Amino acid sequence: MSPIEALVRKGETMSIAYNDGLIEVTLHRTPCNEIGSRSLEELESLAGILKNLKQSAHALIISSDLKCGFSAGADLRELYERSRAMEKGEAAKGVREFLERIHQVLNIIDAAPMTTIAAVHGVTFGGGFELALACDLIIADKTARFAFPELRLGLIPGFGGIPRLKRDIGNAVVRDLLLTGRSFNTTKAQQIGLVSQVVAEGEALRAARATAAQLAKFDHQTAVTAKHFIKPVPHEDLKREIDIFCDLFSRPAVQAGLKKFVESTNAQPYLP
Amino acid sequence: MPTAEKTLDEILTLAASHFKVPREKLSPDEDFFKTLGIDSLQALDLLTKLENHFSVELPDYELQGVSDFRTLASRIQSRL
Repeated sequence: MSPIEALVRKGETMSIAYNDGLIEVTLHRTPCNEIGSRSLEELESLAGILKNLKQSAHALIISSDLKCGFSAGADLRELYERSRAMEKGEAAKGVREFLERIHQVLNIIDAAPMTTIAAVHGVTFGGGFELALACDLIIADKTARFAFPELRLGLIPGFGGIPRLKRDIGNAVVRDLLLTGRSFNTTKAQQIGLVSQVVAEGEALRAARATAAQLAKFDHQTAVTAKHFIKPVPHEDLKREIDIFCDLFSRPAVQAGLKKFVESTNAQPYLP
Repeated sequence: MPTAEKTLDEILTLAASHFKVPREKLSPDEDFFKTLGIDSLQALDLLTKLENHFSVELPDYELQGVSDFRTLASRIQSRL
C-alpha cells in the first residue's frame, strides 16, 4: 500500500480523501469537533504519513462538515474527567504528554511539504483555531468566528496558538484576542491579516479547492521551499507555551474553572 | 444613523428570517433564547449576522447576560 493509499480513510473523528494531488481532511466529530484523545490519535496517523510524502500531494485542505463550525477546540470534558480521575502529579504529567503529542502533530502540519489550507466556518475556537493557524492559508465563510477563550478557565491556549498567531499578525491583536477572550468575525479576521479569503456562507471548501487547483500549477519543490522560507515553525516559543500551560494547569483555580465549565447548564457557555 | 426603534425592528426581522420563525412571534422584551429555542452557538451565529448586517463589531462579552432583543438593540445602537 502506498503512503497516499494508507492515508485515505473514514475515521471516528475525521475522514481523509485524496484526489489528484489534493488531500482533504474533513472533521466530523459531534457536537463540534472537540479535539480529544481519539482526534489526536487520528491526527497523529495523518501527520505520520504527511511528513514522509514527497511529490505526491501539492495541497491539503482541512474543513468540517458539521453545521456548528470548524471546531470548538480542545475536549474540555475529557480533559476534566481524565484529570479528575488521576492524582495531581499524574494528571499534570498526562496533560504535558497530551500537549507534546498535539504540538508534534501541529508542527508537522505547519511544516508539511505541501500547501495547507483551513477552510473554516462557524465556531473556530481555542484548539480548533490553533489547528487552523497551523495551516498556511485560512479561507473563511461569513459565519466564522475566531476566539481564544482559554483565559476564562485560567489557562492560555495550549496547542501552539500564541506563538503561531504572534508569527502571523501584530502583537497588539494577539493581546486583544488572548486577554479579552472575545471572538472576531470573518471581516475582522481578514482586516488583521489572519484570513486570506472571505467567501459567502457555505463556500469555504469550494474556494479552498479552487485555490488548491491553482497551487497545482506551480513547481512543487519551489512552493515547499518558499513556504519553509516564509513560515518557520516557532519551536522555542512553542516549548515555552507547554511549560506555561502546565504550570497554570496545576493550580486549583483551573480545576475549579474546568468543573464549572463542564457542569454548566448556562445557555451561553461559549461566550467569554 | 438609524433610530433605536429602526435598529430593533431590523434585528427582529433578521432574527425571524435567520431562525425561520414568524416575525410577529418575536417581541422586543422576550427572552430570545427561549423564544427562538437557541443555544449559545446559535446565539453566536446571530451575533455574526448582526455584525455583518449593521457593519459593527460587537465584543461578545458585551452580550453576557443579554437575552432580550431590546437590550441587544441598544448594544448595537451604541456602536453605530
